[in-house]
Amino acid sequence: MFGLTKRDSTLLIIVILLTVLAPFILNPFPEGSAMAQFNAGYPDLMQRLVIFGIFAIGFNILFGLTGYLSFGHAAFLGVGSYAAIWMMKLLTMNVVPAIIISVVVAGLFSLLVGWISLRRSGIYFSILTLAFAQMSYSLAYSVLTPITGGETGLQPKVDDPRILDGALAAGQTPRANFFGLEMGTSYELELGNWIFTFNAGYYIAAIVMILAFYLSIRIFRSPFGMMLRAVKSNQQRVNYTGLNAKPYTLAAFVISGMYAGLAGGLLVAMDTQVGAERMFWTASGEVVLMTILGGAGTLIGPVLGAGFIKYMENIVSKINKSVLEQWFAFMPDGIEDFLIAIVYPFIGKGWHLTLGILFMLVVIFLPGGLVEGGQRIGRLFKRKKPSDDAADGKTTPAE
Amino acid sequence: MDAIILQILNGLDKGSAYALIALGLTLIFGTLGVVNFAHGALFMIGAFCAVTLSRILTLSHTIIDETQKDFLGNPLKVDVPYIYDIFGQQTGDAIIDWAVPLSILFAIPVMIGIGFIMERGLIKHFYKRPHADQILVTFGLAIVLQEIIKYFYGANPIPTPAPDAFRGSFDFGAMLGFDPNTIIYPYWRLVYFAFAAVIIGAVFAFLQFTTFGMVVRAGMADRETVGLLGINIDKRFTIMFGIAAAVAGLAGVMYTPINSPNYHMGMDFLVLSFVVVVVGGMGSLPGAVLAGFLLGILESFASMAVVLEILPGINQIIIYLVAIIILLTRPRGLMGRRGVMEE
Amino acid sequence: MSNSKLTRRGLIKTGAVAGAAGLTLPTYLRADGHAGFTNAPTGDTVTLGFNVPQSGPYADEGADELRAYELAVEHLNGGGDGGMMNTFSSKALQGNGILGKKVEYVTGDTQTKSDAARASARSMIEKDGAVMITGGSSSGVAVAVQALCQEAGIIFMAGLTHSNDTTGKDKKANGFRHFFNSYMSGAALAPVLAANYGTDRKAYHLTADYNWGYTTEEAVRSSTEAMGWETVNAVKTPLTQTDFSSYIAPVLQSGADVLVLNHYGGNMVNSLTNAVQFGLRDKLVNDKNFEIVVPLYSRLMAKGAGANVKGIFGSTNWHWSLQDEGSKAFVQSFGTKYGFPPSQAAHTCYVQTLLYADAVERAGSFNPCAVVEALEDFEFDGMGNGKTLYRGADHQCFKDVLVVKGKENPQSEFDLLEIVEVTPVAQVTYDPDHPQFSGGNLGTCNPGA
Repeated sequence: MFGLTKRDSTLLIIVILLTVLAPFILNPFPEGSAMAQFNAGYPDLMQRLVIFGIFAIGFNILFGLTGYLSFGHAAFLGVGSYAAIWMMKLLTMNVVPAIIISVVVAGLFSLLVGWISLRRSGIYFSILTLAFAQMSYSLAYSVLTPITGGETGLQPKVDDPRILDGALAAGQTPRANFFGLEMGTSYELELGNWIFTFNAGYYIAAIVMILAFYLSIRIFRSPFGMMLRAVKSNQQRVNYTGLNAKPYTLAAFVISGMYAGLAGGLLVAMDTQVGAERMFWTASGEVVLMTILGGAGTLIGPVLGAGFIKYMENIVSKINKSVLEQWFAFMPDGIEDFLIAIVYPFIGKGWHLTLGILFMLVVIFLPGGLVEGGQRIGRLFKRKKPSDDAADGKTTPAE
Repeated sequence: MDAIILQILNGLDKGSAYALIALGLTLIFGTLGVVNFAHGALFMIGAFCAVTLSRILTLSHTIIDETQKDFLGNPLKVDVPYIYDIFGQQTGDAIIDWAVPLSILFAIPVMIGIGFIMERGLIKHFYKRPHADQILVTFGLAIVLQEIIKYFYGANPIPTPAPDAFRGSFDFGAMLGFDPNTIIYPYWRLVYFAFAAVIIGAVFAFLQFTTFGMVVRAGMADRETVGLLGINIDKRFTIMFGIAAAVAGLAGVMYTPINSPNYHMGMDFLVLSFVVVVVGGMGSLPGAVLAGFLLGILESFASMAVVLEILPGINQIIIYLVAIIILLTRPRGLMGRRGVMEE
Repeated sequence: MSNSKLTRRGLIKTGAVAGAAGLTLPTYLRADGHAGFTNAPTGDTVTLGFNVPQSGPYADEGADELRAYELAVEHLNGGGDGGMMNTFSSKALQGNGILGKKVEYVTGDTQTKSDAARASARSMIEKDGAVMITGGSSSGVAVAVQALCQEAGIIFMAGLTHSNDTTGKDKKANGFRHFFNSYMSGAALAPVLAANYGTDRKAYHLTADYNWGYTTEEAVRSSTEAMGWETVNAVKTPLTQTDFSSYIAPVLQSGADVLVLNHYGGNMVNSLTNAVQFGLRDKLVNDKNFEIVVPLYSRLMAKGAGANVKGIFGSTNWHWSLQDEGSKAFVQSFGTKYGFPPSQAAHTCYVQTLLYADAVERAGSFNPCAVVEALEDFEFDGMGNGKTLYRGADHQCFKDVLVVKGKENPQSEFDLLEIVEVTPVAQVTYDPDHPQFSGGNLGTCNPGA
């Protein structure tokens, strides 16, 4: 299907099903039940899950294929976001031009950064990208305040020019839309005690992610992808065969920068605001962690990693003491207090601790990331060893 | 002129902090080949050793003072440190005053112990794993360590002053014949500089002049050959890890009077220390130290008002800008060795 | 204590849900029973969203805000001793929740990042059905969440945010700020500084290099210069700076005799510690004692800087040692519940919650537009800052501002600041179109769906 092998088609179909049915999958618990705290099927989080999925897919094209570890990818996301919001402020609140410009601008910026940084490899490359990103962050937060809004960031305002849009009705605020369909528009479906939210913005982001995922499969399976893998396994040998690896790595760098820009543009489209923290090194580190956690070099891994981290951040941090009290209310008093005392450090303000522990557990017990966890479970059911390269596939290189 | 001398002093002082942290990091990172994102956390734990010791020294029992009222109008509870009961108030105060220097003695065994546990319990299993896995596991560890500290000490900085004898500042200007008050420098920062010099010297001497150091250096260069010679290099690497942790920890202990420690100070230094190590060149201890001082001095110059007038915002980016320039002109940093973390 | 939204959401399934994003819905979705605004509470409870920093450098401040919110909810629901509800000039609140609905709440972590703060606020609006969001401890977060609430049709009651921008160039009709701002700090500090240090002074500013720093520097500069001070130099310092030695060392050479630290949080703790370390305060310059000024103080920062704050002037929104009835009642109930006095962040958050609840009671509706109308130009007393006005033109509270000084002999670890002067409100009032606040547009209230 679409030029994919059977295995990849299956993977793509699974991803399509997962994203389309996400409002059901992420809301497994009925409203009003104690477990509803764990429901993630509300628009904001669903949007973030797919957007950071795109970011991680793009990062994986660079890191997973070439082995070049960029520690500054958040800069491209940030630059894309700024481009998108300016497009919305100046031109139109329609998200299409904003998303296109974000990809273009991030692509140009990553071309510049990649062209310079790819002169070095290994850790030297990582530090060069980190340096560019940190400079972007620092400048955006301070001296570039007139362009970036600095600390308070940029939001659309009522009196922005928006030359393509008509005047707003009195009392209206500018809202991001897709040819009139507002990103916040939702339809809610009730089934018994369950409420499922279908959000326009989410589905637009989801379609973009599916396309991005499809493109990444094609890149992974293409001769170009094979070439990148050759660079990863032994760059010297590539050089000795008379090939110049740099154009390939630079292309991969720019592609993954454009993915980051796309994610940045979508973030603005879904939630019209940009702040400079988006480019801080911790944000770059986060996408590295997402990719490794999910399984670097695998197709689906980065998406899983992104989902995992964003879920933890948004769900665990919102559990507070009174929620715990409700959960354990059925226990006898002494045991209830004891359980609350045990669990309390790991939830709410302690969500970082839980995240850190899970990072360690995953990397210690699942060296291939979450994907390996999935494979192991799969193996348990199949009772036989499947071919090892579940996601790596085998394509014959053209060269 | 005096302004320049002052910024050189500042640069040396900042640089000594960078160099100390980078030295410990490069022992692990550049020699054992482990990307240790938990190194900043070790620095932070060192600083909290000082906090802990001063908490222990001021462990108190409360007495109720009927003559004073607290904010709710109840009789005031006054804390009396146990140490007063043991040594009397005057000696007790003197001991509490010297808490930071005393913490050095406390921090060395604690940090070496933490280093050993970390290496044996965790890092050891990651020598042969990809760097990506090392990043993930050490980053996870760093988060866990800092959240534990936050749980017990809160997020607010905790003031940990230097002993009275080292408060105030020294007038260099008067000594060098400038007007008084033009070049003043705090005593404690001078102490920090001297301390850093001693530690750096000691680590170099240890590696250079002892058999142990020789074996470790050989192991860095070619681990397999040393192993084939029948030398247990693993044990020595464990000890090196302990030493690196102790260096980071001591840098943290001595830093507490300069800036009140808080739980995320390690993360604040982490990125910077990686930049310093890489600019210095992978696998080179002198490179790390040199880069630390170089970046410290340049950062100080970039923060001068006259410089900022010409180049607004240069103080925001100077370190990264210099890092880029150095890495583009010198492929392996200042003194890096070929083939270390280049693939 | 039972949790909030769980029951609430269960009750919503009358089809009135609309809320989802709180952004607009196609008309066909507006089923009956929907009161015409986002997240209209339909059951016998109402959910408020408390969005405070729980991780990152301001986590302790956030924890204190959360304590205040929990206390406010307890009082609103008729628990505890009622705190400031007894001293509040408006008597609309009955202690039976808000409009008879029991108050429940959800919490989130802003991480002091605007992205995270918006994500958390959106989840409160979309998932938990919060009808009001409050909290935060930085202006970046306040402005970001305020804009979100404007778009979603939710009321935003700002927590700690001091930048002029929050009610200046970034003001929004759905957002309200009780906390004071940079301009007020400058206006309140200047006369006290003149009285204590004279009018012939040369000031050197170190300014945090971001919006809040700029507005604070501008405010302090213009009000001190108006009194005859000269500004020798103003140097911007990066937010990520931890060691300020290279900025502080040249201060003495400049001939300045006052150092103004336009820093907050960790920056302020470090820069003040460094400045004292360099012995600046022991120096005589131009035959005057060298002095340091910190425009915005908080008790938590004072605690972080330790003995270094002694004798240093600054301004603050509120302090627990105030002796008016409102403050005493609040300190009493907070202190009884938690064992230590509240911070200014806790105070502003507590007051904001009561003010919101009271406005809903007076308006008789949770509809944001009704609440905005009830809060605009609302005058009240008994909340700890004397007579206070919520100005309709920019949604900023106008009230007395405290000038404080680091205490020489603190009695306890909370007793770090002493009040030097209570600057009367008239002195810190400005026109809505004052140049330091220009460029904003309040717009009109948005009830959402």
